[in-house]
Amino acid sequence: MKITVKLFAGFRDNRFKAAEQEYPDAATVGDILTALDIKGPELGVALINGRHVPPEHVLEDGQTLSLFPKVGGG
Amino acid sequence: MDKILRVNMTDLTCKVEPVPAEFATLGGRALTSTIVAAEVPPTCHALGPNNKLVFAPGMLSGTPAANSGRMSAGAKSPLTGTIKESNSGGTTAQQFAKMGIKAMIVEGMPKDDKWYRLHVTMDGVTFEDASGLVGKQNFDVIDAMNEKYDKKIGVMTIGLPGENRLASANISVKDPDQKIRSHGRGGLGAVMGSKQIKCITVDAAGAGKVEIGDPEKFRAAAKVFAKGMLDHPVSGEGLPTYGTNVLINILNEAGGLPTKNFKYGTCEHHDKVSGETMYDTIVKRGGKHKHGCHAGCIIQCSQEYVDESGAYITSGFEYETVWGLGINCLIENLDDCARIDNAMDNIGIDSIEGAVLIAVAMEAGVIPWGDGKETLRVMNEEIGKCTPLGRILGNGTASVGQAYGLTRVPVVKGQGIPAYDPRSVKGIGITYATSTQGADHTAGYSIATNILKVGGFVDPLQKEGQVELSRNLQIATTAVDSTGMCLFVAFPCLDIPEVMPALVDMCAARFGVEMSVDDFVGMGSKILKMEKEWNTKAGFTNEDDRLPEFFELEPIPPHNVVWDFTGEEIDELWNF
Repeated sequence: MKITVKLFAGFRDNRFKAAEQEYPDAATVGDILTALDIKGPELGVALINGRHVPPEHVLEDGQTLSLFPKVGGG
Repeated sequence: MDKILRVNMTDLTCKVEPVPAEFATLGGRALTSTIVAAEVPPTCHALGPNNKLVFAPGMLSGTPAANSGRMSAGAKSPLTGTIKESNSGGTTAQQFAKMGIKAMIVEGMPKDDKWYRLHVTMDGVTFEDASGLVGKQNFDVIDAMNEKYDKKIGVMTIGLPGENRLASANISVKDPDQKIRSHGRGGLGAVMGSKQIKCITVDAAGAGKVEIGDPEKFRAAAKVFAKGMLDHPVSGEGLPTYGTNVLINILNEAGGLPTKNFKYGTCEHHDKVSGETMYDTIVKRGGKHKHGCHAGCIIQCSQEYVDESGAYITSGFEYETVWGLGINCLIENLDDCARIDNAMDNIGIDSIEGAVLIAVAMEAGVIPWGDGKETLRVMNEEIGKCTPLGRILGNGTASVGQAYGLTRVPVVKGQGIPAYDPRSVKGIGITYATSTQGADHTAGYSIATNILKVGGFVDPLQKEGQVELSRNLQIATTAVDSTGMCLFVAFPCLDIPEVMPALVDMCAARFGVEMSVDDFVGMGSKILKMEKEWNTKAGFTNEDDRLPEFFELEPIPPHNVVWDFTGEEIDELWNF
């Protein structure tokens, strides 16, 4: 299935800003992190359609996944 | 021996008073609010002789504790009519603490129309003629004081909006690089102006070290604390690289980024002004992406933003300001936003109120949407020169809304709502509604847990858990605001178990007393209730703890949600 992955902050280093990528059906957020060589504890927030999703969340074809390392401000 | 300076502007005297025993372990917000609550009549006019302007360094300011260099300023706010505490980096908190000045209380007002500069030294305060400084904006005042003394002189100053008592006026504080940090929110610059004080200079010659009651315990705790700050990915890595503006993209993705005066929750051009773009731009142009607002800061979330030729435009270019101009006013050019930020520093208005009020002025048709050049002109030539239009704008978001007959006016208790939409990030809505300070994100920063997953996770779109979250954060924040610590210590405090006890141990060791985490949080709870009680005496009721009606009427895309808390639900916040 096709998933658009958007990366932010330090996740962009040596990777990309946004890319449409092919993943096996029923891939989880965690599977995509593994494919991108991002370790679980590095993940701050994963969002699909503006909603937070956990690493075990199963993606559907055509979705956009936004991945952030731990960031903050205010 | 610590002391309190009581400066009387009516008879131009300064008394040096001993610190009452009950103030001994207080600092920062706990001390300014305690003094304001005890000495300022709640129903007085904020710009009249009965209001008092109180400065107090934090409990840990001036010590070697990392990130402890913040000063609290307190008074009755001319913007909100509530009690106000606004804290700032810069150099004066550490100077005051090392000089043994626990607090400086400025009261009364001159009988004539003369302007003064308060000059603070180890001997007390002298009243200098400020006629040569009146009419100057902040950077010129700083230059003049650096020239008169030297670069070590501490400066707190107001620009023309402060002189003219406009309710968005801030108090600008010189930072270690001769630039400006601000006691931004709540119009405290207007209070200083009402007392005809153009600036306060601080000469710390002869000051010693801050006395520490239990040095060994302090050193051990300070080490644990600093390690926690550096280990946490937000304070140790994210903030130093991208600054607070890293939030633009995450709020946009979460649908909580107020756009075009709170009409939409996402913004098409968000990446043009994002933290990532800002970082790339600064690095490419040879600016500094790391910079501290006070000596001893190990987070370094500030920066020096430069133009294409590498020349300085601004520093302390925060998320809320970039959001307010770049997203909420649709000013897509980051250089324009930076120039407006610098103009707000120079004329001395709060850069959150300043940005929020411009969006309302754009809605009113005073400035075209997205017009950065005209906004810069309005800042410098209208608000900065206090023209009739400049006064309507410079009195804040509510003033603009009223003058132009608008209903979409994002304020609570008269103070502009900052950079997180309360409909799609509901915990922050509870904080805006109930804060003793008027709409203020820092008062109980639920974004940490609603959006950033720091300190757990409470779904931002659900009502459940938000009141409790905001309550706990508001209590803890009141305590942290009393330490002189940067609020960003909250990120490691929320996530790393040993950091909060280390912070409390430093406070205990500083004063040589016993203090548990419960005692510390209990102090926050007591001060917060004291502030609320003072506001009640000033005439505020539960009905003032509400968001503007348009948040209930207009669903915000992309989640298409409205503000849906009942008054009763909101009022639960005060059940503690």
